Amino acid sequence: MPNLMRTVQLALKSLMLHKLRSGLTMLGIVFGVFSVIAMLAIGEGASQQAQQQVLQLGATNIIVRSVKPPRETASQQTANSFVLRYGLKRADFDLLSKTIPTVMQAVPIRELVKACRFLHREMNCRIVGCSPEYTDMNHLELAQGRFISDKDRREKTNVCVLASGTADELFQYEDPLGQSVKVADRRYKVVGVTRAREASAAIGGSLSGQDYNQDIYIPLETMRVRMGDLDIDRRQGSFSAEEVQLNQITLRISDIGQVMSTADVIRETLERTHRNGKDYSVVVPQELLKQAEQIRTIFNVVLGSIAAISLVVGGIGIMNIMLATVTERTREIGIRRALGAKQQDITMQFLTETIVLAGSGGVIGVVLGLATPLVFQLLKVLAERFFFDSGGASEFSEMFANLSPQVVPSSLPLAFGISVGIGVMFGLYPARSAARLDPIEALRHE
Amino acid sequence: MSFAAQVIDLEKDYMLGSVPVRALRGVSIDFPHGDFVAIMGSSGSGKSTLLNLLGALDRPTRGNYLIGDRDVSRMTDDELSEIRNERIGFIFQSYNLIPQYTVLENIEVPLHYRSGYPTIGQVEQSRIMELADLVGLGDRMDHRPFQLSGGQQQRVAIARALVNDPQIILADEPTGNLDSKTEEEIMETLLRLNREGRTIIMVTHETSVAKLAKRQVYMKDGVIAGEGVFPG
Ligand SMILES: Nc1ncnc2c1ncn2[C@@H]1O[C@H](COP(=O)(O)OP(=O)(O)OP(=O)(O)O)[C@@H](O)[C@H]1O
Ligand SMILES: [Mg+2]
Repeated sequence: MPNLMRTVQLALKSLMLHKLRSGLTMLGIVFGVFSVIAMLAIGEGASQQAQQQVLQLGATNIIVRSVKPPRETASQQTANSFVLRYGLKRADFDLLSKTIPTVMQAVPIRELVKACRFLHREMNCRIVGCSPEYTDMNHLELAQGRFISDKDRREKTNVCVLASGTADELFQYEDPLGQSVKVADRRYKVVGVTRAREASAAIGGSLSGQDYNQDIYIPLETMRVRMGDLDIDRRQGSFSAEEVQLNQITLRISDIGQVMSTADVIRETLERTHRNGKDYSVVVPQELLKQAEQIRTIFNVVLGSIAAISLVVGGIGIMNIMLATVTERTREIGIRRALGAKQQDITMQFLTETIVLAGSGGVIGVVLGLATPLVFQLLKVLAERFFFDSGGASEFSEMFANLSPQVVPSSLPLAFGISVGIGVMFGLYPARSAARLDPIEALRHE
Repeated sequence: MSFAAQVIDLEKDYMLGSVPVRALRGVSIDFPHGDFVAIMGSSGSGKSTLLNLLGALDRPTRGNYLIGDRDVSRMTDDELSEIRNERIGFIFQSYNLIPQYTVLENIEVPLHYRSGYPTIGQVEQSRIMELADLVGLGDRMDHRPFQLSGGQQQRVAIARALVNDPQIILADEPTGNLDSKTEEEIMETLLRLNREGRTIIMVTHETSVAKLAKRQVYMKDGVIAGEGVFPG
């Protein structure tokens, strides 16, 4: 192997002979490498997004929620009454929290949407009946005052804690602490305000996205005595009522390794107590994490293949140009052979040129790839300006807006390696055909 | 007696389709060390074919060709390359410089293909400078071929042919593209190389050029038709 530096230098010299042509050829590889890195970065970003959402739900948590059964089963069940009864019962809560040893903590929740008032300001809020542990399980922090206490639950006091959005809306000028909010003709004294929290996004079937910022928290027992289990809806002119005892039970499992097996136990337990139709769902964030992982793998394979195709196209471009180069430089090949170059030397020379071409394209592609988040940001700004501002935010645009690509460090050497590999693969044939030329005929070539 | 090169009953057939063209039909000739031969003859008589065989660019169909004590006629492709690189210097009618390289880089080319690929060091650098001075282009090392006149290009080619210090120099109509004044300069250089002990074999059409050689060989229809010594 002759002096490597010199070989590369001379290869560059030959490539510079046709700057535009070499540049354009390189561009194919630049985009190929860039797209490999970018695609993997987008995949990684999406996966981290999903992981974060799941972690917000808590990796050691299992969430059991009441689900309104489909209409047909519902009508059978409640044929003789106006009231639709479904969902989790207080008995379920007792059963789950007391009989399963791996359940460390269980928090029951009841939710209702009601109009809330302070002075003349009114808004629809989600009233959440809960216990003190609620903050802990949902990563809520207090900005002011305190949260619901055990004493509140025991004494069924009329106190409430406002979510930051609710507080901002109802108390634009006043300090909410110590004031009273009116819900369903009763007053609740504000004892605390929570800090703003990012909404959790919807992941998987039953668990829809939650906007924690329109909430009012009150003690679960207070809610039961003041509002009952019945929710009467007169909206559509007709009268309908639902009776739900609990909307959600969040269970914390003692050990992360026990989550899956506990989930199975919970499913079995509830199946026995809810014999007429499935009016609940069990959400296991860890399962969601696994699903997200699988989706990510599929995502990466698909995106990676698309990027790989563009690299192959780049490789074909290189091969095309190198074949033309060999024809053009037939005379040069003859001269070199006359001066003592072996076939292998000619192969190496043209292979070096191809590798230098592909390698430089690879380096530029890697640099561009590093800038993926920036490029993506730019696209986002443009897209928001030209496409998404008119209509409401669709699910896609929302996902798009929340996505921030994460460059995977290992994708950089990988993509560069592939570009060099492409150079070798597609450079070998032209280089070999150059080496096989007959020296005398090559010399005679015009 | 040892020879720089020795050709024994050399034959070369080219296949044109299924019809063989007999370009050489049994050529025998010896080249003692320090010889200077001009090969002459009409077009198509086989001069270039002979020179290509002498230059180890090709293998003969029949017969033997010895350089020093080595038989070239049965060598592998790689061995032929080594022989060309170490023992032979080529000078072509159309100079055949590499267009994207500078004068310096052109002279350097044969050094890249030495066996074992030794790096180009101080010794080689100073040899290149020496050769460039010898052909009078010491101040043109950074020029590219298109920036040089025909005569200058041919002198770069001569320097390149000498860089590996070969015993034999082969020249196919080296002055064919040059005016008479430049022709004289180039011949002057070749004569000097010959006086230094190198064997020179040159194909030419011009008697004025052939006259400068030590002896002349005439070819006709693929055989040697006669030999002579100019003048008289
Ligand atoms: N590659 C080839 N294929 C077929 N025939 C060839 C080939 N090379 C040479 N010939 C034939 O061999 C013969 C000798 O050719 P050569 O080139 O040696 O002649 P030459 O004496 O050098 O002529 P010129 O003075 O025109 O250069 C010619 O008849 C030519 O047509
Ligand atoms: Mg000829």
